[in-house]
This record gives sequence, structure tokens and C-alpha cells, in this order.
Amino acid sequence: MINPTEYLPKSYHRRMSTYWWLARWSYLTFILREASSVFVGWTVLLTLVQIWAVTHGPSANAAFHEWMRHPLMLGVNVVAFLFVLFHAVTWFSLTPKAMVIRVKGQRVPDWAISGPNYAAWVMVSLGIAWVVLRG
Amino acid sequence: MSKRSNEPFLWLLFSAGGSVSAMLMPVHLFLFALAFPLGWLDPPSDETLLVLIRPPLVRVYLFVFCFLSLFHAAHRFRFTLYDGLQIKHLNELINVLCYGGAAVGTVAAAYLLCQVP
Repeated sequence: MINPTEYLPKSYHRRMSTYWWLARWSYLTFILREASSVFVGWTVLLTLVQIWAVTHGPSANAAFHEWMRHPLMLGVNVVAFLFVLFHAVTWFSLTPKAMVIRVKGQRVPDWAISGPNYAAWVMVSLGIAWVVLRG
Repeated sequence: MSKRSNEPFLWLLFSAGGSVSAMLMPVHLFLFALAFPLGWLDPPSDETLLVLIRPPLVRVYLFVFCFLSLFHAAHRFRFTLYDGLQIKHLNELINVLCYGGAAVGTVAAAYLLCQVP
């Protein structure tokens, strides 16, 4: 049996522009979503620095607060917040695509899966805010 | 016979970390990086925060938050470079830097949380 694709050049790939993701809005939102990873990493870094400051007494805390109030820091953190928010919204909207649930042969609609995710997000966020602000 | 791959395991970390960071990061960042420094809300005192992070359960929470989010970010950033910028010839180096960075961050988180008095 001859495999018809055997003699086709397998290694040929048309060169794609490095900036292919600027060509369309949907490509751009894809790459922005992927770029949110940088700010997820950034948020962990901030958290680690804060844990360090909190456990190292008043002068470390004062330095941390001053650092967080720096205009450059605030600018970066506004951008980081927008990206993390974008990550959260796109993540919950993608959940029904990755997790297909069927009941009696019928596919459960997207909103029935992403809805509870959004609800849980609101509850968890309020819960954390309550725990932090209570003190 | 196909080669054994680490991808499913890495994808599991990616997906768990994606959920954890989506659920928890916006509120964390809003409070500590915007609302408190800008004076929108009254921040808890530093002593209160220290008391807050002392219980083992809270430390485990913070550890999981850091660990899974870091591996999520590492996995996604790796593919941003791979698909987005098509940096494919440096694949090995990028893998080492991404997952290595996430591992270093995870160890740092464990160390810092053990140091909490």
C-alpha cells in the first residue's frame, strides 16, 4: 500500500510574520490573553515581597509601603490589574469550551458552566476582602 | 511507540493554576496594589497582617496561590514565546528558564512562609 503523502515535502512551512498576531483583533486578544501570564507572575512576586516585608518588622514594612506608593509602581500595577482581570474573564469564559458536560445526551449550555464560575469568583473575592478588611 | 511526555502533567498544573489565579488574583491585586496604596480603603495594620498569615491553613493557602499561579504563568509564557514570537530554536532554554523560574519562586514561597514567626 502506497501512502500518498509519503513523498510530499514534509519540512516545507511558509514563513509566518513575527507580528502575525497584529493582523486581526481575535489574534490580538489571543496574544494579550497569553501575555497576562507575565502579570500573573508579577503578582506572585509582589505577594512574596509583601510576605517578606510583613515578617521583617517596621522598617521593612515602611519600605514596602513606600515602594507600593511610587507612581511607577502604581502605573505597573494598574496595567497588571487589567491583565489579571482579563485573564480571569477569559478563563471563566473558556471553561465551558474545555469542559463539555452532557446531560441525557444534551450538551449543557455554556452559561450553565461559566455562570457558577463567575458567581464563585464574586463570592470568593468578597470573602477574601472581608477577611483582609475586618482587621 | 510514542515517547513519554511531561505535557499532561504540565498542562494539569497550567489549568489548576489558571483557575486559582483567575479566582484569587484580581481581589489580591486590587486590595494590596491599588486600594491600599492609593488610600481608597483603610489598610489593615502590618501587625494584623502578620497575625493573619500565621495560621498554617493561611500559609498553605498562600503557598498554593504562589505555586500553582507560577506554573500556570510559566507554561503560558512558554507558549507565548513559541506561538506568538515563534522562537522555536531556543525551545530547550526557554523551557528551563520558565519552569526553572517557577520552581525557584515556589521554593522561595515555601521558605518565606516557613520563616513567618
